[in-house]
Amino acid sequence: MRVEGYGRVDRDEPVTFSFDGKRYQGFAGDTLASALLANDITLMGRSFKYHRPRGVLSAGSEEPNALMTVKRAGGDDPNVRATVQEIFEGMQARSQNRWPSLEWDLLSINDLGAPFLGAGFYYKTFMWPKPFWEKVYEPLIRRAAGLGALDGAANGDSYEKAYAFCDLLVIGAGPAGLMAALTAGRAGVDVILADEDATPGGRLLSEDERIDGVPATDWVAAALEELEALPNVRVMTRTAVSGAYDQGTYAAIERVGHHLASAGGLPLECFWRIVAKRAILAAGAIERPVAFKNNDRPGVMTAGAMRAYLHRWGVAPAQNVVVFGNNDNAHRTARDLAAAGIHVAALVDSRADVAQSGDYQVIPGAMVSDVIGGRGGVQSVKVTSASGEESIQCGAVAMSGGWNPSVHLACHMNGRPTWNDAISAFVPTPGMVPGLQAVGAANGTFSTHGCLREGAAAAAEAARDLGYAVTEAILPEADDAPYALSPLWTVPHKGRAWLDFQNDVTVKDVKQAAKENFRSVEHMKRYTTQGMATDQGKNSNVAALAVLADATGRSIPETGTTNFRPPFVPVSIASMGAGAQGKGFAPERKTTSHAATVERGAPLIEAGLWYRPSYFPKSGERTWRESCDREVTMVREAVGVCDVSTLGKIDIQGPDAAAFLDFVYCNMFSTLKPGRVRYGLMLREDGHVMDDGTTARWGENHFVMTTTTAAAGLVMRHLEWVHQGLRPDMDVRFISATEQWAQFAVAGPKSRELLNGLLDTPIDSESWPFMACGPVSLMGVQGRLFRISFSGEHAYELAVPARYGDSLFRELVARAEGLGGGAYGMEALNVLRIEKGFITHSEIHGRVTADDIGMGRMVSAKKDCVGKTMSQRPGLSGPEREQLVGLKPVGAVKQLTAGAHLFEQGAEPNRANDHGYITSVGFSPTLGHFVGLGFLLNGRARLGETVKMVDHLREVETTCEVIDPVMFDQDGGRVRG
Amino acid sequence: MADLKPRSACADLLPLSRGALHLEELSWDPIWSISPFKGRGQAVSDALNAALGVGFPVPGTWDGGADLRAVWSGLDQAFLVGAVPPEGLAGQAALTDQSDSWATVALSGPDAEAVLARLVPVDLREAAFGVGRCIRTQVQHMTCVVLRDAPDRFVIMAFRSMAGTLVHELDVAMQGVAARMGA
Repeated sequence: MRVEGYGRVDRDEPVTFSFDGKRYQGFAGDTLASALLANDITLMGRSFKYHRPRGVLSAGSEEPNALMTVKRAGGDDPNVRATVQEIFEGMQARSQNRWPSLEWDLLSINDLGAPFLGAGFYYKTFMWPKPFWEKVYEPLIRRAAGLGALDGAANGDSYEKAYAFCDLLVIGAGPAGLMAALTAGRAGVDVILADEDATPGGRLLSEDERIDGVPATDWVAAALEELEALPNVRVMTRTAVSGAYDQGTYAAIERVGHHLASAGGLPLECFWRIVAKRAILAAGAIERPVAFKNNDRPGVMTAGAMRAYLHRWGVAPAQNVVVFGNNDNAHRTARDLAAAGIHVAALVDSRADVAQSGDYQVIPGAMVSDVIGGRGGVQSVKVTSASGEESIQCGAVAMSGGWNPSVHLACHMNGRPTWNDAISAFVPTPGMVPGLQAVGAANGTFSTHGCLREGAAAAAEAARDLGYAVTEAILPEADDAPYALSPLWTVPHKGRAWLDFQNDVTVKDVKQAAKENFRSVEHMKRYTTQGMATDQGKNSNVAALAVLADATGRSIPETGTTNFRPPFVPVSIASMGAGAQGKGFAPERKTTSHAATVERGAPLIEAGLWYRPSYFPKSGERTWRESCDREVTMVREAVGVCDVSTLGKIDIQGPDAAAFLDFVYCNMFSTLKPGRVRYGLMLREDGHVMDDGTTARWGENHFVMTTTTAAAGLVMRHLEWVHQGLRPDMDVRFISATEQWAQFAVAGPKSRELLNGLLDTPIDSESWPFMACGPVSLMGVQGRLFRISFSGEHAYELAVPARYGDSLFRELVARAEGLGGGAYGMEALNVLRIEKGFITHSEIHGRVTADDIGMGRMVSAKKDCVGKTMSQRPGLSGPEREQLVGLKPVGAVKQLTAGAHLFEQGAEPNRANDHGYITSVGFSPTLGHFVGLGFLLNGRARLGETVKMVDHLREVETTCEVIDPVMFDQDGGRVRG
Repeated sequence: MADLKPRSACADLLPLSRGALHLEELSWDPIWSISPFKGRGQAVSDALNAALGVGFPVPGTWDGGADLRAVWSGLDQAFLVGAVPPEGLAGQAALTDQSDSWATVALSGPDAEAVLARLVPVDLREAAFGVGRCIRTQVQHMTCVVLRDAPDRFVIMAFRSMAGTLVHELDVAMQGVAARMGA
């Protein structure tokens, strides 16, 4: 219900929303939780395991019970904390983990089975029979126990991630954080003030307090106004700092569109990575419940939450309330409620020596020992004291077991907090996160005055540290009442008293864990599930430790805490991966011929990040094979054009360029004449083949290296490493020129005829023999021509500056078509090179040596090179290795498949008999049968043998003849032609 | 005989505007990389200065103006933009034509910094990265050169083949920022 004269919601701006299909009205400024309470809805969810009816426990991001699913245009948003979600016009929320409805949840039968469902139940019960776990038990348990569910559709919302940098990150904008930001901001420090709430102010928004003689909320407004005016201060609201990492890096999750009916182009969330030179943790504290019987009934909430609902949202959960606590906050709550006209049926204080604090009944030395009620709410409580037990009628219970400083972020780098006996809580140990200092309630200082003082002092220290001059701020006057409490964790009881509301962990469960010797706090956590899931023990941590400590006869500090891990609040994976959904996963690299390729209807295949044409279909062709066969024949008989720009090109210059190449290639390059190209093989340091390609000597000290498409980046990195790490003495420089040149293979008997139609100066065999290279002019554009061949045909690669790539490709293809040829794609390119036994990374896949591919003699004896010594280790060459061979089918089955394994004829095709495998296959229209390359044990000595190819996956078995890898034009006459 | 027609890296993609943010392609031409050989750094810088009035830039900076600039681009490497390397550099430095290697775009507008904060993982605040600064870094998944041209204008160079992805990423970030600014 609403309380007149209270709250900061805008009563002139009603907002309509629905919950479980029923329409309700709230006001602008309401959270889903406050709006539901205002409509007298206390039942907001069902618990995780027992499906107990639950209401709201808190008023902040620590809420364990009131988790809802909010329907959004982009899909269902589950597990939204009703205490955090601001309502907007037309919002549709629904409860979770219940069936068929929140009121009548059939699975609440679990609650009757509670005696059997305690800690360790699953571990003990579902052991047998073994296959049942995966097939029967787990699905059943998952259906019964759980949080909200995704709707199964692809996420339609947009997310963002962003980076921010500052001198000082202030986490939390309560009194301590605001004062810190003011102090540092005034000194000129670059400050980010981040607060998870929609409105800065922290606890000041939820209390009846005065600062400097004015209402605290006015002071907050003035502070914000000043901060907003400072250009060096950035206030980030709805931004929860969720993790502390190395080097002053903090993660934060910003709710950008969650509170809006229509995002209007805004992302739902933004995941921030904030790097700060210093940080101030002013995250406040979380009030802890007291564990008494049935303390999870809807209508029982923390006292601080009840004050927050009253002061901030003008809402009370009932007209008649019992307040129960072990500290002065209970009295404050009773006073505030009474002042607002709420009947305080009793103030139950566990401490014996307490004075009357207002116009209500105070029962000292007493405890609430049971809550009577149901899913409709609280009806009465049982109060136990020295004088016996009495029943008190009430509609809600406010409880306070004291406050736990929010030490979480301070502990994210594995430091352990320190126990503070005075407040019976853990506080951050200084230095746990380098550069981070905790202040205010997060540091165990609970008075407003103390918060302001610590915030100002820490900010001044950080500012001075960073070299700023700071003038001492005059602290505003504020409440400085001491915080008096006497520890109280549990109320002795027979029934179940909840510690961890979200995970349905009771006092009994923790005791049970200790009894079964799960005495370590980490073991207890896993055995009981206390402190798991989104809650992460925010509400239950210290109380559960206290119970465990008591059960194991140790003190709380001896018992210790579990690890605090990021994130502090739930962070959606979608926000962390923002921008990387779908194709955002990696950049797309497109060649200059991309548009012309797509226009020709060529299907694209990915080669690394590049998109390359698979084949260029002609009308009438029904399968890719028909196109591929035609393209292969076209290259063998006329001329074909293929974009090979994706191959890596590295420009290498310097007085030691030739010597450097001798060192990175296993064969010799210093002897190569300018104007000529040589094939080179590169080894890794471990002696295996890294990459191959051709390198042209452009000038005396200038080389142009070509790498494979896949290894372009790898080779560049390797060259940098070899230069910087191994041979810094060498004077050589390199830069990638892959993107500079659009390069096209022009291959086939008519290649020269085609080129001579384009070149300003025609070429012949004299001027451009095989493996020649040099500058050319074509249509007035300066280009590069290499007479190299990956098809075994008379072929060239022609390069022009990339801006002309599109135009040149169209021109080349048009001219090729005029000569009976045309464009060819990767499929044809692959068949052509297999026919010639040319390797790709299918063969040099990382586990083969130069000797394996028949290039052992390329490792020059005259010089050293990277990988040479390691390649000479025993076992890396010789007949005991699988060596590159060609294969052709000779039996009834004519198919070869890549990935199939090779066996001796008649041998059982199993692992022990494995003699090798096939790496590349294609149908050769030139030879009229399938051709394959593969690795066969001692293969070079077995030419002419027949072996059995078995593809266990595709269930193909083919008898093959082992042949030379060069299957076509073995003397190379065509390439020189 | 037909002519070969040049086509820019971002042809058909740019310009575009989102709110007060503007993205356009720059025709930086020519671009030559200059990597001085051992011990020739000063000589190269002097030769550049004598011929063109810009020195070899110190790491993380660029020198020059709108028409001609030297942009640091990596270890012992700079891009000379707007002029071919002067004769005097021959033999002193590795010189490589990079004119067609890059998709070069300019992002401008009062919130340009906020746009890049969504893609670039380095500190681009004006105090740390003012006019005259440049860096080799990432724009989402792409390695790029980013430089600050003016308080509210950045130049981004990405691999030419990635022009489409570059424009897409920048556009998404621009839309997000424009939406926040209520544009």
